[in-house]
Amino acid sequence: MTTTTSTSSGGAPASTARRTTIAKALNAGMRAAMERDDKVLLMGEDIGKLGGVFRITEGLQKDFGEHRVLDTPLAEAGIMGTAVGLALRGYRPVVEIQFDGFVYPAFDQIVSQVAKMHYRSQGTLKLPMVIRIPYGGGIGAVEHHSESNESYFAHTAGLRVVTASTTEDAYWMIQQAIASDDPVVFYEPKRRYHERGMLDLGDGSAPDLADAPYSLDQAVVRQEGSDVTVLTYGPMVKVAMAAAQAAELEDGPSIEVLDLRSLSPMDTDAIEASVTRTGRVITLSEAQTFTSVHAEMAAWVQEHCFYHLEAPVLRVGGYNIPYPPSRHEEVFLPDLDRVLNAVETVLSY
Amino acid sequence: MKESALSDEEVARSTAPSTHEPPERDITDGGPDMVQFLAADGTRVEPTEVSAPYLSFLDDVDDEAMRGMLRDLILVRRVDAEGFALQRQGELGLWPSLLGQEAAQVGAGRAMRPQDYAFPGYREHGVAWCKGVPPENLLGMFRGVNHGGWDSNENNFHLYTIVIGNQMLHGVGYAMGVQLDGDVATGDPERDTAVMAFTGDGGTAQGDFNEALVFASVSNAPVVFYVQNNHWAISEPNERQFRVPPYRRADGFGFPGVRVDGNDVLASYAVTRAALDRARAGEGPTLIEAFTYRMGAHTTSDDPTKYRISAEVDVWKAKDPVDRMKKYLLTEGIVDEDWLTAVQEEADELARRIRHACQTMPDPGHEEMFQHVYADAHPLVEREAAEFAAYQAGFED
Repeated sequence: MTTTTSTSSGGAPASTARRTTIAKALNAGMRAAMERDDKVLLMGEDIGKLGGVFRITEGLQKDFGEHRVLDTPLAEAGIMGTAVGLALRGYRPVVEIQFDGFVYPAFDQIVSQVAKMHYRSQGTLKLPMVIRIPYGGGIGAVEHHSESNESYFAHTAGLRVVTASTTEDAYWMIQQAIASDDPVVFYEPKRRYHERGMLDLGDGSAPDLADAPYSLDQAVVRQEGSDVTVLTYGPMVKVAMAAAQAAELEDGPSIEVLDLRSLSPMDTDAIEASVTRTGRVITLSEAQTFTSVHAEMAAWVQEHCFYHLEAPVLRVGGYNIPYPPSRHEEVFLPDLDRVLNAVETVLSY
Repeated sequence: MKESALSDEEVARSTAPSTHEPPERDITDGGPDMVQFLAADGTRVEPTEVSAPYLSFLDDVDDEAMRGMLRDLILVRRVDAEGFALQRQGELGLWPSLLGQEAAQVGAGRAMRPQDYAFPGYREHGVAWCKGVPPENLLGMFRGVNHGGWDSNENNFHLYTIVIGNQMLHGVGYAMGVQLDGDVATGDPERDTAVMAFTGDGGTAQGDFNEALVFASVSNAPVVFYVQNNHWAISEPNERQFRVPPYRRADGFGFPGVRVDGNDVLASYAVTRAALDRARAGEGPTLIEAFTYRMGAHTTSDDPTKYRISAEVDVWKAKDPVDRMKKYLLTEGIVDEDWLTAVQEEADELARRIRHACQTMPDPGHEEMFQHVYADAHPLVEREAAEFAAYQAGFED
């Protein structure tokens, strides 16, 4: 796997590119997937007429019908379990979990059934499902609406876990996830839903997935640098980029930002390549650091890049407490200053 | 599928404070709502208001079909006995016996058409048999060589599901897919399809079971919920699972529920046929409670003498599902002793086949444990598989 700096969009002529949001890119991606394959179904709470609480599925029920966009009862285990049955019947369900903190009722189905079906059936049964989860904090929400629980699923063999941080990734990765024959947990950075970026939709028809700029499990260098690598993903990519730019403006250290994109599998070739260049590593995500994706990245780096390291790997994440009331979140969530502090620390060795 | 009001006695029981005292009622009596065609002594029961609507589903059950039912009952019991013996002899790690539930399963299994899909728990060896799954294929998971040794789609019989209740939702989802495919209410008997989801009395307490009923109800899915109430969820009696019997619960979800004598193969067959026909015709789900009894332990790891009395088991012994059908067919002259001897020989031959298959089942190569974790390539699994192979190779010199 190779990584490159991402600036261009894939395939079609640049003249059709326009600015759009991550939310709209996800919507366009699902629309394309539904056009490409009539076995693709959307399922979830309030996703039909309302278009989901974040409007990610807006207009899709109107255009594809109630038999393609299923408004379900309010029961996450039920949604996940029936999605398994639909997948066994040959459908490709895309399940929307309304908020990160509401996935737990479905946890048993995901871990006991979704993750294991291909394995326990010795490959005879595939579950090409996507579980979309808007995640992370920073929106002033009430309890259970701001969690970063990706580590539970990244820990579970049989699941792929990915997250998008740009409009282009949102558009392509959701289509790649839907096309995958494995179950994919697809984390959407909810506080970045309305961030804008360039996206080329070509003539608006479903694109050839071979034109995707990256594969689903590939990490991407968002900012090249030579002093410190920040391993990050999802909503924290923006924070890492801001840190890199701030440091650059002050003629400070040169920070490389590696957007992991896929948490399972993890693009360890890309991590190794970056760490080999910089020798200093910070992991950055909103998740609590204890036994987390942070911890896996840190462990992997020390195991495989030991002789390239100039400093200990630092984890910058949520504190190891339950997600606090939202008045605390500006200090609970990693921000520019915490990243720059960590950069200073790893450079002091 | 007739619904009737709670009796005074049941109302009193349902409003009484919970108690850990043994139930006063006779748990061996399915009550007047239970559909039954064959009494415990093998005589035909006069149709009642409750059972009469199901009688016509036996119209095409001729003598040959009756013999087929009894043959299945005998063979399935023999398969089960062999599974038990193989565990006791150390060939299997575990065996969940279906002893006592043969009629509930054979009745349901024989009512299904080939295109109908079954989602079993882990005790549905009789349904597996009726769906055509070779019994030796059931053994792999209990021997520890695989997690399920058959291709679900070959016989429309899903892998066993061990987490209680998970499969009920899978059944509903599959049925929703059948509906989306337009394979209901076409009138084509080869095309119209229903799903059966199996669980036990303990399973009715699970959230997944109840959510399955919700999803089936609101989508009007072509699914039949088949609850084998064998009265024991390991050591917990019905009183620890529900205050209202399972068949009554369907009413609250907006579809019919029916209690059938699960030790009566004719009644189990007729009631399931009716429910499947209804589902295939697009008329929606049905919940069947097959009133039966777990004659053996929960599994070979269990010791029921610690929590239930032998007198209860003795009562149920007199209701034996296999003996009942045997007596009936002997009395009717539909089978004779020669026929029974021939079937018993067939059963013993089947048992020998299963035993041989079990004993000669190869252990999987350890490298196989890395296979099929994902459908597409996954670098972590591949790297570990390679590291494991290299590590193992280190011992070869």
